[in-house]
Amino acid sequence: MSPSAPARRTDRRAFVSTLLAATPEALVVTGLGSAAYDVFAAGDRDRNYYLWGAMGGATSLALGLALAQPGKPVLVITGDGEQLMGIGSLATVAARQPKNLTIVVLDNGHYGETGMQRSHSSLGTDLVAVAKGFGIADAFSTDHPDGCAEIARRVAARQGTAFAQVFIKADEPPRALPPRDGPFIKNRFRAALGLKPF
Amino acid sequence: MNPPTPDAPAWQAAVFDVLRRGGVQQIAYVPDAGHSHVIRAAIADPEIEDIALTTEEEGVALACGAWLGGQRAVLLMQSSGVGNCVNMFSLLQAGDFPFFTLVTMRGEYAEFNPWQNPMGRATQAALELMGIRVLRASKAEEVEEIVAAGLDAAFGAGERVAVLLGQNLIGRKQWERTR
Repeated sequence: MSPSAPARRTDRRAFVSTLLAATPEALVVTGLGSAAYDVFAAGDRDRNYYLWGAMGGATSLALGLALAQPGKPVLVITGDGEQLMGIGSLATVAARQPKNLTIVVLDNGHYGETGMQRSHSSLGTDLVAVAKGFGIADAFSTDHPDGCAEIARRVAARQGTAFAQVFIKADEPPRALPPRDGPFIKNRFRAALGLKPF
Repeated sequence: MNPPTPDAPAWQAAVFDVLRRGGVQQIAYVPDAGHSHVIRAAIADPEIEDIALTTEEEGVALACGAWLGGQRAVLLMQSSGVGNCVNMFSLLQAGDFPFFTLVTMRGEYAEFNPWQNPMGRATQAALELMGIRVLRASKAEEVEEIVAAGLDAAFGAGERVAVLLGQNLIGRKQWERTR
């Protein structure tokens, strides 16, 4: 564990469930693995886009979506390992500063899907400092369910890019598997936005 | 900072016109000399979002997000960037997304830098291995039509298309800086 590891960590399923209940308007993009399971366990929604691969791509995909839908809040829910693989995407987001994009990194400091190997977040990397260094000024961490309200307020406000690192326990709740049929979730998502097939 | 572009080659201007006419609203890029006019024009155009990427695979995911949100995106990159994208290309097939990329070639014509050659040789095969249709424009006068054809296939038929822009279009890179 790094010296900066938090003493307190929150429950991932409860946190995500509370956050999504407080952000009913959000277009949600998940990273692969546990983050996707958490979002699905909180209740499937047409406006969820679950990744099952494309590791490192969640924040970039959400940026394209946020630019295309500036009138709607876009919420990324991903894990520390997934965000680390696409860490430069935080710089790309910062260069554009979409007001409607909020990035939530559920950070247990480990790669849960592959056997709980430590990630860089437990090996010395401070993701909030990284996000700020890339230019996302509104970057903060939380280790408590109260953090949901802070995040939900930013999602609803659409007043600036935000980055939240949520320290969660390194446990493995029961798997809750979202649909992995890519065309289905894409078409369902687009239909929910009123977009027509080409 | 959008300096004027007095000397943009006509084929580069044609590329931007095709993208604009084709309804592209997001232009994501890792820079290359061959894309320099399109990048400048995108930055200057209030109706087009220009997205500077740190690495090319971000642009693959971004293009899918744009489509989810109802917009057309294009990814501009150099041939070396294709190698950076390989796993992210999985998203295009698994998610069934249209995709359009313009790739300026290095490592194939009067190349001075041997480090460009391995990926230059592998660019087309790497794209095709990942299920992307490859078109190529080697002459200035054919660029506009081929880029337009690729764009139509991508957003009209939901195809995944790369247009390779031959290194001979860009010509020899000047390595000696003279003032």
